[in-house]
Amino acid sequence: MAVRVCLGFLILLLHSNFSTALYEDQVGLADWHQKYIGKVKQAVFPTQRTGKKRVVVSTEENVIASLDLRTGDIFWRHVLGKDDHVDQIDIALGKYFITLSSEGSILRAWNLPDGQMMWESALYGSTPSKSLLFVPANTNLGKENRILVFSGGWLHAVSSIDGEIIWKKEFAIDRLEIKQVFQPLESDIIYAVGFVGSSQFSVYQLSSKSGEVLKHNTASFPSGFCGEVSLVSSDMLVALDATRSALISISFQSGIINFHQTYISDLLQDFSGMAALLPVKFTGMFAVKTVSGICLVRVKGVSELEVIEKFNHPASVSDVLTISGEQQAFAIVQHAETKIDFKVKLDKDLRNDVLKETVEMDPQRGHVQKVFINNYIRTDKSHGFRALIVMEDHSLLLVQQGEIVWSREDGLASIIDSTTSELPVEKEGVSVAKVEHNLFEWLKGHVLKLKGTLMLASPDEIAAIQAMRLKSSERNKMTRDHNGFRKLIIVLTRAGKLLALHTGDGRVIWSLLLPSLHRSEACGHPSALNIYQWQVPHHHAMHENPSVLVVGRCGPSHDALGVFSVVDSYTGKERNSLKLAHSIIQVIPLPLTDSTEKRLHLIIDANLQAHLYPRTRDSVNIFLHEMSNIYWHSINVGKGVIRGYSLRSGCNLDVVDEYCFNTKELWRIVFPSESEKIATTATRKMNEVVHTQAKVLADQDVMYKYISRNILFVATVAPKAAGEIGSVTPEEAWLVAYLIDTVTGRILHRVTHQGAQGPIRAVVSENWVVYHYFNLRAHRYEMSVIEIYDQSRADNKDVRKLVLGKHNLTSPVSSYSRPEVMVKSQSYFFTHSVKAMAVTATAKGITSLQLLIGTIGDQVLALDKRFLDPRRTATPTQAEKEEGIIPLTDSLPIIPQAYVTHALQVEGLRGIITIPAKLESTTLVFSYGVDIFFTRIAPSRTYDSLTEDFSYALLLITIVALVAAIFVTWILSEKKELREKWR
Amino acid sequence: MRSLRPTSLLPFLLLLLLLFFSFSSAFQSDELLQDDEEFGLEGAPRSPDLDHPSPTRPPPRRRPNPDFSSSVSSSDSKSVQFVLEHAFGDSDFSPAGTFTARLKSWSHGRQTLTKLRFSRNALTEAEKAVFERLLKDDDFYRIRVPSNVLSPPGKDYVLSSVRARCIPRETLDEHFVIHMYGVNILAVNYGSAGACQYPRLLNYPAKWSFNSYTLLKNSEEAPRTPTFAEELLAGESGLGEGVKPPEKSFWAKYWMYLIPLGLIVMNAITQAMNMAEEPTAGQPASQGQQAVAQRAPNAAVRRR
Repeated sequence: MAVRVCLGFLILLLHSNFSTALYEDQVGLADWHQKYIGKVKQAVFPTQRTGKKRVVVSTEENVIASLDLRTGDIFWRHVLGKDDHVDQIDIALGKYFITLSSEGSILRAWNLPDGQMMWESALYGSTPSKSLLFVPANTNLGKENRILVFSGGWLHAVSSIDGEIIWKKEFAIDRLEIKQVFQPLESDIIYAVGFVGSSQFSVYQLSSKSGEVLKHNTASFPSGFCGEVSLVSSDMLVALDATRSALISISFQSGIINFHQTYISDLLQDFSGMAALLPVKFTGMFAVKTVSGICLVRVKGVSELEVIEKFNHPASVSDVLTISGEQQAFAIVQHAETKIDFKVKLDKDLRNDVLKETVEMDPQRGHVQKVFINNYIRTDKSHGFRALIVMEDHSLLLVQQGEIVWSREDGLASIIDSTTSELPVEKEGVSVAKVEHNLFEWLKGHVLKLKGTLMLASPDEIAAIQAMRLKSSERNKMTRDHNGFRKLIIVLTRAGKLLALHTGDGRVIWSLLLPSLHRSEACGHPSALNIYQWQVPHHHAMHENPSVLVVGRCGPSHDALGVFSVVDSYTGKERNSLKLAHSIIQVIPLPLTDSTEKRLHLIIDANLQAHLYPRTRDSVNIFLHEMSNIYWHSINVGKGVIRGYSLRSGCNLDVVDEYCFNTKELWRIVFPSESEKIATTATRKMNEVVHTQAKVLADQDVMYKYISRNILFVATVAPKAAGEIGSVTPEEAWLVAYLIDTVTGRILHRVTHQGAQGPIRAVVSENWVVYHYFNLRAHRYEMSVIEIYDQSRADNKDVRKLVLGKHNLTSPVSSYSRPEVMVKSQSYFFTHSVKAMAVTATAKGITSLQLLIGTIGDQVLALDKRFLDPRRTATPTQAEKEEGIIPLTDSLPIIPQAYVTHALQVEGLRGIITIPAKLESTTLVFSYGVDIFFTRIAPSRTYDSLTEDFSYALLLITIVALVAAIFVTWILSEKKELREKWR
Repeated sequence: MRSLRPTSLLPFLLLLLLLFFSFSSAFQSDELLQDDEEFGLEGAPRSPDLDHPSPTRPPPRRRPNPDFSSSVSSSDSKSVQFVLEHAFGDSDFSPAGTFTARLKSWSHGRQTLTKLRFSRNALTEAEKAVFERLLKDDDFYRIRVPSNVLSPPGKDYVLSSVRARCIPRETLDEHFVIHMYGVNILAVNYGSAGACQYPRLLNYPAKWSFNSYTLLKNSEEAPRTPTFAEELLAGESGLGEGVKPPEKSFWAKYWMYLIPLGLIVMNAITQAMNMAEEPTAGQPASQGQQAVAQRAPNAAVRRR
């Protein structure tokens, strides 16, 4: 009976933590959220009075945003769809922000103050072409402005007030490419200029009222054009010829087309190779980019070109900015080691600079990539200039008066991979101060604090003390904590920059723009691929700092040579970098470490040869010992083939390389191309811990989980159904889910879902896989779970056998034994589509699991794994209820309190990463997209620690009171006894 | 027409029945039509107990009469063959046996294989020697089959392999599970017939002949997602009286009142019992007091 009651209480306890929600005042205690926009592509500065403090930008992450020029904060922001790339932006009517996106097919207007969409027009073209946007400068506000959009072979005139298409005109001539569309100020004629083929130049003059062609002239130029043009004035263009070595100035005044060719070598003596025209808008001049640098050329007449200035690389030139009437200005930014030179010139006086400033620049930001210039009126009524600068690491800076006013670390909007690192241990005898600051700063801090307590501090100092307190408060310390909540998250961004974020508040501890991923002669288009744990000292080599391995590639193709870089996790210094002599197809971190705790990595190259790193004697000895038990697999999605390999010594190289190994194909699975196409694959996380191998059922029966590190989940779909949802009928669509053992290539389980379609998201953990797809028959999203159990050990149930040792639980498990598995599966409807899926991970794997689902609303939803139990039945028995089985429902519940991100949105969510904390009940969750978000969650509540709002004072008071009461009563009783005795 | 032995006639009649049944129904069920786990070996037990399929060599039995079969299923089923090839370690692939199966065409145009049979070629002396070396090195014994049985090798070969030391027992025991989709072979699960101990010990078979078990496997159909839409609707319509709380026992309902009540009652009883005892217990107490009272003056006297 007592056991029953106990059990009942336990179940009650278990049931009580279905949803773990936060109170409002707990938001931000354990979590942080950072908003980003991505690398800025274009920026425009509103000139109207109210918008002068702002800048509107479009970025490579398809974000449009309005930023505060004073602080860099986001006023408003919209993340457009994944394929909705912003091509052109401009401002119309002084109050609308116009974007042309999706290859010129969608034109939208947004209200500048609050970012609301005012109108949207879909523009249909017939042929794919470059999209051009021209918003005529409005001289008088009352007049209706027409936005000219060229896209898909059509020229559209769109009303800027409501987005209505007023007229459209097709340029249906074969091979015609319109390069520029413009309307001179105060003119009713629209010019459209372009090339037909490679050698014909064509000018159209259209009426701005109706779009009819008023005049059409063509002229051909025998040596051809390469396609790049730069508009110099309303009747003159400069183009590059087909060999990119000569400039052709074209004038088309009043219908007469004149060509004049100037060789670049005549202008620049040291010119060689190819030139390119920079896409900047100037009047009366243009910019040419050559191998050696950027060159500004003034156009005096058709035949008269004059070089104004030459800058060596790296440099960047801004668009021209019209200031007060006729004057025009532009900015040039040049990089000089750790400084940048910012110069502003007026077009009237090109020889001299109006403004020349030198700004100190963090070398970890790389070179200047883009510059946008803006002017303001100084206090002394003169013109001041500020510049928005986009750096190589995608960060955005505002430079004014020779200082960086603000900077945004927008590279964090494009995280491609991440890993974690423990912080240094707080050593006995060594003050924390030593880890954090030097002695002087430590002393200064204490003096400040003393001042604060003596009430001598000025407001500035009080703020400094506050900041220091925040920094040294428990969650933001730079040392390891007992619960394992404080860690470093090391992220790799698309720009090839490594950043270490502190889990306490998300601040950047260090950043490193990887020098090995810098563009160089040997490495043309470097790209970062992945980040791995390289060295995690915990038993040996404790005095060494941990380090991470960054793997990159020198070009876009798979056979490009690899780059390899080891970075210290504490200091952010590159310890070692290598240019590999082979390509990188796959990196396999092995579960082996050498004597200095460096993890062994196998890198598979394009010739299917495996290279072992680190290249030391020690590692090769360890590796050779385990080589016969190492298998790997490759998945060829295009061909629909999965192959498994083993390794053997020796390589087919000219030179003897003992770190190179040959591979041998062991198995091959071929999906028939007419019926199946690989959609998704998923494997278990390498560092996952499983606490128990057995599952005890309500009827005292035991099921053994089939726990294998080598399980691979593959989902294939019908090739016809590989497209969008709804593109096929349910009869034509199916989804096949496979569980494959990657050592032997055995298909352990295979199941077909008729009428199901991707996109598929899957997560594998322990002995189960959960995958999400669309059910065309039910018109709903569905989630399926497959649990796999080992039958070969199912006999080990008899206690006597276990006691006598007659069981096979301790014998090694071989993949070559014929698997006897039992599979249980179940499907449930789910309301949302899913962007990413992950599962919580805890230190010992005891805590019950939760699925973390990135929803379409860019939030992270925690769903208890018990909802995805294949053993759920509609009417569970009492015993099953006690086991914690939830009655079967057809759809999975979405509990509003279960949103891990509570009210926040992680815009453009791409990935969710879970990191176990040292405290068993807690998982750290890091999710990233355009924004980043970090929190810690406890799937079964923090059963192993007291909550933060636990009143220690009350406990202490109670204890003290009790002790006091004991003493008082004791004294009283003594006295009484004495009295009794004296009576 | 030759006469058939009655023992072989029975399976044929069964097959005929099966075929007839599936063809007669015009209704296309979404239930999986093909027989799922079919042991290719005639005479092998059709029990789902995969642990101990009785090992049988393919009996040298007569091929079924083609006329007979054609008269039954109207040329819907024809025989196909595909070759199993093997390789020892790094050697090239060479033919090792032949799979024979019936190709069945279904009314909806799909073709499937049934009745898989396998005949292994006997190992030659040279092959035996190579195999022995393979066992010694604990190297891989690899096999392959074409990925399309109608037009071999189809898109590619399907490859599988096993550590050679997993195969030998009494004879060389091997187990094939061929995963099919129509006439395409996706994968072959190939390995020993049972467990393969690790570490793998070197032992040679008593008989150098293969003992093969083969199994054709097609994909299972996932069960439909259960829908309770009707129940939910029903529940919503009768919102008021729909869900009645389950009847609880008196004890379950009121235990929290009953326990304190019981305690109070018990307390009262013990008190009542004490009260009853008081008169008897009171006397010695008063005597004691008297004794003290008597002694006290003495003490006072002594102090004086």
